Amino acid sequence: MTGPALLELRGISKRFAGVRALREVDLDLAEGAVHALVGENGAGKSTLVKILAGVHHPDEGEIRLAGAPLVLAGPAAARDRGIAVMHQQPNLFPDLDVAENVFAGRLPIARFGRVDWRRARSAAAGLLARLGVSLDVAAPVRGLSVADQQLVEVAKALSLDARVLVMDEPTAALSGREVDRLFATVRQLREHGVAVLFVNHRLEEVFALADRVTVLRDGRHVITAPIAELTPAETIRHMVGRQLDSLYPKQDARPGEPALEVAGLTRAGVFRDVSFTVRRGEIVALAGLVGAGRTEVARALFGIDRADAGEVRVGGRPVHAASPGDAMRAGLAYVPEDRHDQGLVLDFSIAANVSLPVLARLSRLLGVVDRGGERALAGGYAERLQIRATGVDQPAAGLSGGNQQKVVIAKWLATRPAVLILDEPTRGIDIGAKAEVHRIVSGLAAEGMAILLISSELPEVLGMADRVIVLHEGRVAASLTREEATQEEIMTAATGQRGA
Amino acid sequence: MTGAPARALAVAARLRELGILVALGLVVLAVTLLSPSFLHLDNLGQVLLSVSLVAIAAAGQTIVVLTRNVDLSVGSMVGLVAFVTGDLLKQHALGVPEAVLAGCVLGLGLGAVNGAIVTIGRVPAIVATLGTLNVYRGLDFFVAGGKEVSAYDLPRAYLGIATSAVAGIPVLIVAAAVIAAAVAFVLRSTRPGRALYAIGSNPAAADAVGIPSQRLVFAAFAASGLLCGVAGVLWGSRFGTVNAFAASGLELEVIAAVVVGGVNIFGGSGTVFGAMLGALLLGTIDNALTLLRLSQFWLQAIDGVVILLAVGADATIRGSLQRALRARSGRR
Repeated sequence: MTGPALLELRGISKRFAGVRALREVDLDLAEGAVHALVGENGAGKSTLVKILAGVHHPDEGEIRLAGAPLVLAGPAAARDRGIAVMHQQPNLFPDLDVAENVFAGRLPIARFGRVDWRRARSAAAGLLARLGVSLDVAAPVRGLSVADQQLVEVAKALSLDARVLVMDEPTAALSGREVDRLFATVRQLREHGVAVLFVNHRLEEVFALADRVTVLRDGRHVITAPIAELTPAETIRHMVGRQLDSLYPKQDARPGEPALEVAGLTRAGVFRDVSFTVRRGEIVALAGLVGAGRTEVARALFGIDRADAGEVRVGGRPVHAASPGDAMRAGLAYVPEDRHDQGLVLDFSIAANVSLPVLARLSRLLGVVDRGGERALAGGYAERLQIRATGVDQPAAGLSGGNQQKVVIAKWLATRPAVLILDEPTRGIDIGAKAEVHRIVSGLAAEGMAILLISSELPEVLGMADRVIVLHEGRVAASLTREEATQEEIMTAATGQRGA
Repeated sequence: MTGAPARALAVAARLRELGILVALGLVVLAVTLLSPSFLHLDNLGQVLLSVSLVAIAAAGQTIVVLTRNVDLSVGSMVGLVAFVTGDLLKQHALGVPEAVLAGCVLGLGLGAVNGAIVTIGRVPAIVATLGTLNVYRGLDFFVAGGKEVSAYDLPRAYLGIATSAVAGIPVLIVAAAVIAAAVAFVLRSTRPGRALYAIGSNPAAADAVGIPSQRLVFAAFAASGLLCGVAGVLWGSRFGTVNAFAASGLELEVIAAVVVGGVNIFGGSGTVFGAMLGALLLGTIDNALTLLRLSQFWLQAIDGVVILLAVGADATIRGSLQRALRARSGRR
């Protein structure tokens, strides 16, 4: 049912700063076929997309287009060879109008190098009409919804007469009706012989649209099969099939009274009606795929973003966190996902980083910081968390990833929180440091701290958590006890295969 | 479906220029009532003549600002070109046409240096051009060595450039209008012009569609330099007397005109027409204050208030529209 291979990837490997993102991946895209690419967070899907887009260059391996070797020097090269890529987030020019965005860099030219606006607008309108969309081609993109911007991206790909269309989670921001419209367009492109690579988390969409499916796990190719030969349950098994190891020394905790109670928390268009409770001494994991709204829930709890509805109680007292300062005073602490951007001041010493949220407590007359107190505070945590450094005066920039993460945790422990929110606390740190972070977190829970753990690593979630809340598209899809939680259960809920 | 608010944004951009026109009208009306001599043809001519020099440099600045950069060195480039051109003529080293050409080429070269520092050297434009602002002014002092060029030293053909008229309109004003129209055409209706907007609107997306950003940013700085060269040549011709301090502080007037004219300082939106209106509004206010015999102190303070009003209006309009849009998408 599928034509000959148009685009062939052979033995593609890519590493970033020592981390192997892709290992010897093979993939064939056939003319007139939709090929789905699925896998857990961090399986290597995005890296593969970026290689096809000409953004990254493979360290090893070969790409062939219609039998001829293909080297993609950059995004323009990919475009010129007929490979159109739609990224997860629309990458448009907000100040420019729809027609200009469709033809950016390739506006039609009339005499004297003059841009032929009439032709650009009518061509853009024609493409949008093919998509069944009525958008004002003369309106600036800034005013469009993300869904409409995504459709502008599709129109852009159509305008390129692409032979290969790579769609990286194109439906993430679309409503049901918009998804149907997009799928109709993709099927139409398939009729015209376009090879489509469809990267998606939503298995029901994969099974509705794709002809073949390839599963990646930990950067490796697991299986490629016609869609008819797989069931969603089997696909999930291929996605997660990983051995649990004994890295996660969760101590038994006797959960106490509720420390964090969240009821009906909603932020329009981001997450909806999220409710859960974290007790003292309990570790609750917030699981889900990228974009499910886990970090967004944490940001709203910590007062970075504002929730539109819902109630949050810390230690039984209602909290209306309008800013991180409010949240800290209420007893919340948030260790963000990106420790370089949000967690650490790299140029500061360990001591200065740790004392940052509690400077008021360490300040004496006229706000002069008590340097001795600062060093003592940081020294105490450095010892407790076993931060390996030459001393608390060492700048954070010179520390290893694991030790940087410990500094961030120390910083938030210094606020003496009742509830500690950890967002991907072990991402990008080595395996030994991981185990230490797990030991620290487990120890904190044993001391009675309530911990909300956001993690994309299922073994980590299963090993650490007393309970698992699974989010799917901004809603709670499942709430599992330690006994109920398995990799399959979590992925089933996270991919929307479970009617919660 | 989302056409209405999108349209509103487009209309708001037009309103921005309309707003300056209205402000200009109000200023003209007020000054005329207070000092009827404002409307005399002589005086209006003076206003346009002084605005023209700022306007030529502002057209170049618009090109640069659209790409999310800024050129702080324009005053120094105009001053250096004005002095060198005058000095070449004083020494009888070159004839008038050759000296004029030399001045323009010097401006182009100075702008190219700015562009090279920003694109090849990867130095942020605000730092790079702050540096060349001082370097170019230093060169000006070095070349001038404390001397000045006066109208007696300059050939009549050169001095006549600014004051002679085409169809009754002084060449200086015609030059500014022609340059503004040419830059407007390039920005509005050519691929490189549209690419400049794209770079300023979303640099990452510009790279993704294969726009040669570095080359175009370099060209933007070179164009700013070239137009400063033209302005420098005309500066010498208009004032006759040029010393090493010529055109100091001009960069602030130029950038003020661009910003008041609605060119987004973060790039991506704005027009040369807006920048011209900005220059005209600020020039008119300057003239009005002189006529009303208010001190120079007030002049600066009022210029400052105009800038804050214009930019504040932009921020308010944009902010409320964005909020409206977010509320809409939330209901979807």
